[in-house]
Amino acid sequence: MLHRFANPTRFLRLADIIQPWMAWATVLLMGAGLYMGLVVAPADYQQGESVRIMYVHVPSSWMALFCYTGMAISAAVGLIWKHPLADLIAKSTAPIGASFAFLSLLTGSLWGKPMWGTYWVWDARLTSMLVLLFLYLGYMALIEAFDDPTRGTRASSILVLVGVVNVPIIKFSVDWWNTLHQPSSVLKMSGPSIDASMLWPLLLMALAFTTYYLWVMLIRVRAEVAANRIRNLRFRQARGQGED
Amino acid sequence: MCDFINIIRRDLLLALHQGMDWVMVVMFFIIAVVLFPFGVGPEPNILARIAAGIIWVAALLASMLSLERLFQTDYEDGSLELLVLSPMALEWIVLAKVIAHWLTTGLPLILAAPLLAVLLNMNTDGFLMLIAALALGTPSLSLIGAVGAALVLGSRRGGVLLSLLILPLFIPVLIFGVGAVDAVIGGFEARAHMLILGGLMLGSLALCPWAAAAAVRQAVE
Repeated sequence: MLHRFANPTRFLRLADIIQPWMAWATVLLMGAGLYMGLVVAPADYQQGESVRIMYVHVPSSWMALFCYTGMAISAAVGLIWKHPLADLIAKSTAPIGASFAFLSLLTGSLWGKPMWGTYWVWDARLTSMLVLLFLYLGYMALIEAFDDPTRGTRASSILVLVGVVNVPIIKFSVDWWNTLHQPSSVLKMSGPSIDASMLWPLLLMALAFTTYYLWVMLIRVRAEVAANRIRNLRFRQARGQGED
Repeated sequence: MCDFINIIRRDLLLALHQGMDWVMVVMFFIIAVVLFPFGVGPEPNILARIAAGIIWVAALLASMLSLERLFQTDYEDGSLELLVLSPMALEWIVLAKVIAHWLTTGLPLILAAPLLAVLLNMNTDGFLMLIAALALGTPSLSLIGAVGAALVLGSRRGGVLLSLLILPLFIPVLIFGVGAVDAVIGGFEARAHMLILGGLMLGSLALCPWAAAAAVRQAVE
């Protein structure tokens, strides 16, 4: 099953089919989610209208964690089975995940100013999210730092796996420490403690962000495959010229 | 076991003979800390309040400095390949090199720390805890740093890259290291902080040699 998709041509054929679906799903879901979140959903009794920032903030934080976990799984698959496509997926996911982490920090601090009275506090959730952003940036710097691309891929895969320790810390930071950031209200054992009128736009936005991620990730993987082909052609061309 | 000690001895001898790396590290540590009174002003109260934090941050940066050379010189002269080929498990070799690194960086930092604490007018109640916290925390720094040092082997701009990779992972050690000292100075129990620092050290002792060995292996392949 895993090796069926190690063949880039087969994967590209599949990607051709999936990609337009993901694009349309993103447009529709994000349109519906934004409409419900910005127009239909009620203002919060405490937070007022600024609660609407949550419809972007929470999905992007989820996606930042989701992307990192996905990267770690792909990196492990790439290291263990030398699966070329898994490496490409990990590499393509990194900038998207970094953008989600940045968006999460940005929207969070914009929300924090009217609510907490400050753009930034050094509490456990915010700090661990910042570390996640640094891990993404470190990964992207390391993968580009070698002349031999396979060296970069393997070294950065190990780095991703080391950074996995941060993922549970982010998730549980609001439970382990007494933080200013509010604890989870959706993903918890006793079920969501958030009203349906706010839960629906949130879930729509989360779905929209996921399809957006898959859409952009497929584009990036195709670009990586194309870049590899160009590199191989160049090598062949250079070798051909050397023999003449 | 004999080989293990031999590798530590070899790295220590190399560190003592060539360069004076460990002296540089301590000098950097002292100078970096001495800059702060000029930066934030010499009021004793302010300095006393931030002394633990300054010393810890400077210790992190100082141990970063020598990390780059942990595998780099061996990688360049080819002895790292011989070490990989040796019958001893690479994880043990990495651990031996980490211990040698700690003896030449962590230990001198711990010895220099009380002097700097005096210069920064730190409350004397915190002195013992500062030494204890550094003693528990600096091995974690060497262990985590070894992973980064192995990952950047053979890369362009290794030194800057190393700090980008490793400093974020040092944050937990910094938080609890400073927390322990500040707790004692504030008159609280530092037990929880010290337990977490010890946990961090044991966790990185168990995991980091594996990750660093994997990184070394892919570097010399």
